[in-house]
Amino acid sequence: MSAQQLLELADDELILGWRNSEWTGIAPMLEEDVAFSSIAQNEIGHARALYELAAREVGTTADELAFDRPPDEYRCSKLVQLRLVPDWARTIARHVIYERADQGRLEALKSCDDTELASLAAKIDREEAYHRMHAQMWAERLAGEPRFEEALAELEPLVDLRDEHVPEFAGLWEEMTEVRRSVAGATW
Amino acid sequence: MIWEVFRQERKGQAFAHAGSVEAPDLAFADDYAREQFGRRGESVALWVVPRESVHAIEDFVDELHKNYHRVDGYPLKEKLAKARERAAAT
Repeated sequence: MSAQQLLELADDELILGWRNSEWTGIAPMLEEDVAFSSIAQNEIGHARALYELAAREVGTTADELAFDRPPDEYRCSKLVQLRLVPDWARTIARHVIYERADQGRLEALKSCDDTELASLAAKIDREEAYHRMHAQMWAERLAGEPRFEEALAELEPLVDLRDEHVPEFAGLWEEMTEVRRSVAGATW
Repeated sequence: MIWEVFRQERKGQAFAHAGSVEAPDLAFADDYAREQFGRRGESVALWVVPRESVHAIEDFVDELHKNYHRVDGYPLKEKLAKARERAAAT
């Protein structure tokens, strides 16, 4: 797998983690707030591990890959870029679509020739199994709800679009990189 | 719907009440209980029980004050202290 493909995966996880974390404190129920925030945190953890792998290949660091690139270099899918707060139906639709797509991608990676990447994919997949359970129970609960079904139809085509960004990605990039940009080269 | 969650910290230990979660069905209760009481390795097992299934008892009738039925009828603290003194003396 090329460093570029690794970045696609890492960028997806980072940006989705950010978008999901926008629900922290305002999810429909306190219990869901904890669950969804924890999913967000997991995604960002996966992004970090993938950036570390990619960083070694291209001779940089995970933080630099995550936060020091110009916005147009991010390879994440359009699906994860959308700011969906406060629309829970669309948020769950994205969650369901993403987890489904991610499952196929991880399955392929688990059997790839790069043993380090394969074992990382297996590790990530063990956490994603819980995300899939969570997505599944919501999908079953919202099945047949017009807002949810419309959201699935609307968002499904976005999953493989990576060559351009949605307008609100700029704002996310600003926010996400603000601290690093404020003190260039700072280490934490 | 409220679900009561009990957690076991180590294998073989008694389950203790951990707290409760609000969830519409068992699938959600399972997920929320895992998130709140299991994801940091603080439990090796959880019991998730609908609150209605818990039979609560709060009244303990003791009209005749039979305190000899109660464990506090036999204060061991003083006896133990005396026993220790005796043991130390010998």
